[in-house]
Amino acid sequence: MAAIKPKISVQYTENATVITFTTEKILEEKDIQSIQESIMSVIEQAERINLILDFSSVKFLSSAVLGLLIRVSKRIYERDSRLSLCSINPKIYEIFKITRLTKIFDIYPDIESAAEGLPQPG
Amino acid sequence: MTSKKPVNHSIVVASDPSAIVGISRRILSSLKANKFSQEDIFAVHLALEEAFINSIKHGNKMDPTKEVKIDYSVTLDKIEISVTDQGKGFQPDAVPDPRFGDNLYKAGGRGLFLMRSYMNEIKFNESGNSLRMVKYKGKSSLAEIQTPPQS
Repeated sequence: MAAIKPKISVQYTENATVITFTTEKILEEKDIQSIQESIMSVIEQAERINLILDFSSVKFLSSAVLGLLIRVSKRIYERDSRLSLCSINPKIYEIFKITRLTKIFDIYPDIESAAEGLPQPG
Repeated sequence: MTSKKPVNHSIVVASDPSAIVGISRRILSSLKANKFSQEDIFAVHLALEEAFINSIKHGNKMDPTKEVKIDYSVTLDKIEISVTDQGKGFQPDAVPDPRFGDNLYKAGGRGLFLMRSYMNEIKFNESGNSLRMVKYKGKSSLAEIQTPPQS
């Protein structure tokens, strides 16, 4: 049986939960749906969460991923939690910029700067 | 294979998201062979994916019996791609700008905008079920996006 590679990895730090996308290309609807379910599941595990989404491995994504991020941000807002994005490569960042999503997402160069100053989720 | 004279390719695929993978690979490989930059290749890749997804999702309503036809030609100077679905079509000009107001917070509605942003030319047929898009080598379209006045 072929091994199924998980599409995300989850890391718990002192003051944040870091979800790293592990695939270079996030395109297909079924993968995006699977990733969304995984992320929502992580959000639901805690009453409040400081969630950092790490894009360091992502080289290509479709607009459906932007939709996923909007849905995630809405869930985060409902739970009085916090969402940051980080390590987005310049080509992907351009997509965020031209769609003006840089206005609604907090985007940082790396995990460390995204985690800096975050309060304990408590 | 580098081309001075355009060689037209035509492929028909089912309304299956994974059907674009092979075609995309061929197109991008052809761009690389014709010395398009990584920026151009990224732009074409993104526009192609968005066009295909729109065709199968909004055009063909994910009906597995409906097909999408992709025509393309690559030369040293440009790539032209046409994507045609078997749907009823739509009015591209009626699609709201996803960058402003409530649209910014909507999960969908960015595909067409991205296609227009990353390709130099994009034109739909009258019914809206077929589009033709062009990318000229080295000609960025991102700088040409006009920000409409905010309402």
